[in-house]
Amino acid sequence: MTEPPAVGAEELKVIPIRHWGRWVAAVVLLALLGVAIYGMAQAPVDYASIPTYLHSDVILQGLWGTIVISVTAQALGIILGIIFAIMRLSKNPVVTSIAWLYIWFFRGTPVIVQLLIWFNLSIYVHTVSIPIPFTHMYLFHESMNDFMTPFMAALLGLGLNEGAYMAEIVRAGIISVEEGQTEAALSIGMTRLQTMRRVILPQAMRVIVPPTGNEFINMLKTSSLASVTTYNELFRSAESISSAKLNPIETLFTISIWYLVLTSIATIAQYYIERRFARGSSRDLPETPIQRLRRNLFTWRRPKIPNTSTHTAVALSGVTR
Amino acid sequence: MTTPPASGARADRTAGPMVKAEAVHKRFGRIEVLKGIDLEVGRKEVMCLLGPSGSGKSTFLRCINHLEKVDAGRLYVDGELVGYRQAGNKLYELREREIARKRAEIGMVFQRFNLFPHMTALANVTEAPVRVKGESKGEATERGRALLERVGLGDRVGTYPSQLSGGQQQRVAIARALAMRPKLMLFDEPTSALDPELVGDVLDVMRQLAEDGMTMVVVTHEIGFAREVGDWLVFMDEGVVVEVGPPREVLSNPQHRRTQAFLSKVL
Repeated sequence: MTEPPAVGAEELKVIPIRHWGRWVAAVVLLALLGVAIYGMAQAPVDYASIPTYLHSDVILQGLWGTIVISVTAQALGIILGIIFAIMRLSKNPVVTSIAWLYIWFFRGTPVIVQLLIWFNLSIYVHTVSIPIPFTHMYLFHESMNDFMTPFMAALLGLGLNEGAYMAEIVRAGIISVEEGQTEAALSIGMTRLQTMRRVILPQAMRVIVPPTGNEFINMLKTSSLASVTTYNELFRSAESISSAKLNPIETLFTISIWYLVLTSIATIAQYYIERRFARGSSRDLPETPIQRLRRNLFTWRRPKIPNTSTHTAVALSGVTR
Repeated sequence: MTTPPASGARADRTAGPMVKAEAVHKRFGRIEVLKGIDLEVGRKEVMCLLGPSGSGKSTFLRCINHLEKVDAGRLYVDGELVGYRQAGNKLYELREREIARKRAEIGMVFQRFNLFPHMTALANVTEAPVRVKGESKGEATERGRALLERVGLGDRVGTYPSQLSGGQQQRVAIARALAMRPKLMLFDEPTSALDPELVGDVLDVMRQLAEDGMTMVVVTHEIGFAREVGDWLVFMDEGVVVEVGPPREVLSNPQHRRTQAFLSKVL
């Protein structure tokens, strides 16, 4: 057998696989997109009005309402979620059953129904008051109709419903933390509460944060149901415009843009919060998109995958020799 | 077997034993894990527990700081009943806070280290002094640094556990336990999860601790350590103490058939 000529590492050229299918698919997709855009352009819709609606007072008020109710209801949901998750994991059977019942009810009925129940609560309860014992004075006293404002009904409806879901998410996070962590914390003299706050919950956060981000993004959109309590948010703003101007599509597109902006911001925020809670769990944190962008801006060529091709070449030439 | 004779190598018997177990029973469901353990550990003594897995040695260790509840029998640490308060002929279960206070005086080191992964080495060490004892942050930090220095990790103060080797993690865990100034240290197979070349560093720290006069109960498979450092070697099997004695005697001249069989496999 004759020896093939030895090939130096630099002389080998690697030809990557050509992905023809990707090009074909892209062309087909572009064509379909073109058809869709053409179809939409033919419809009697005044697209030019959308930019003005975007920053009209009514829509901006609705936007603020959506932000306020989503943040407060989610906050309430997280607090309730932590409380009920810990209750569900308690050793006290009474406490566990209360938590179980809460989750069962609020997870088992539609949000829109819950919202309307809160809104109509004055049928059962006429006044809300916190009396000061042994006196005839009240710390707080109001008729239910004044107390249960659209905001309160929306907050309770969305927040209590969210709490039931968050309880399950938090519970999953807590049980994901190794048993040994609890034992170690107890062995240095911490109480169960200290153990939970200082050792278990911070570690559970890594499991809790991603689905919570998901929940918040959901909340931004579900908050549109709060319109049934006459709470002023994006969806209600859109309806009030379109019922006057009879242009539903324009206003719906308008608020869709705002919802997308809100959910995009939430997605980015979630990314950074997750990084924060990854502390100590992985050796090196991955670059953030901004860091990557900055690095890419100052490198002209696509960064080489370190040396793989030369490695193969060396291996090949090793074989041939 | 009965309790060991009352003259350990470095025993200080003036104030009674540090740990005293009387007919300690423990069951998990239907399985009886401890079938009546009688043992005494004197002050400043090191007792090594040896035995096949499932013999109940780890469970016994965990009973000492009440991570497991004893089903029958009595267990005393420093003359006080573990987990209960005796009044007349009644035993009252202790409240969680009281149990926590007693645990704070007993250090424990686990097979799998169980460091808090979201805290640096130093934060692991200062957590309990600050949160449980209420020491000031500055004071705890100063002592924490000194303790990490003592276990040979003075340069790893700000490192997270995931960036430390197993041996280093275990030494941080020892420092964490020592930060509470315990009167008794429990070691649950502290070197079993380590790569062989890392075992030595951890054993050195434990040896130093023993020389400084710490009372220690060590569940271990390190025969060499038991021989050199231990005052007593206890061989357990199937929930009972089979044999107790000075390590050299037990190791060179085991009396019981089961001890002989076990040692012939390990040595």
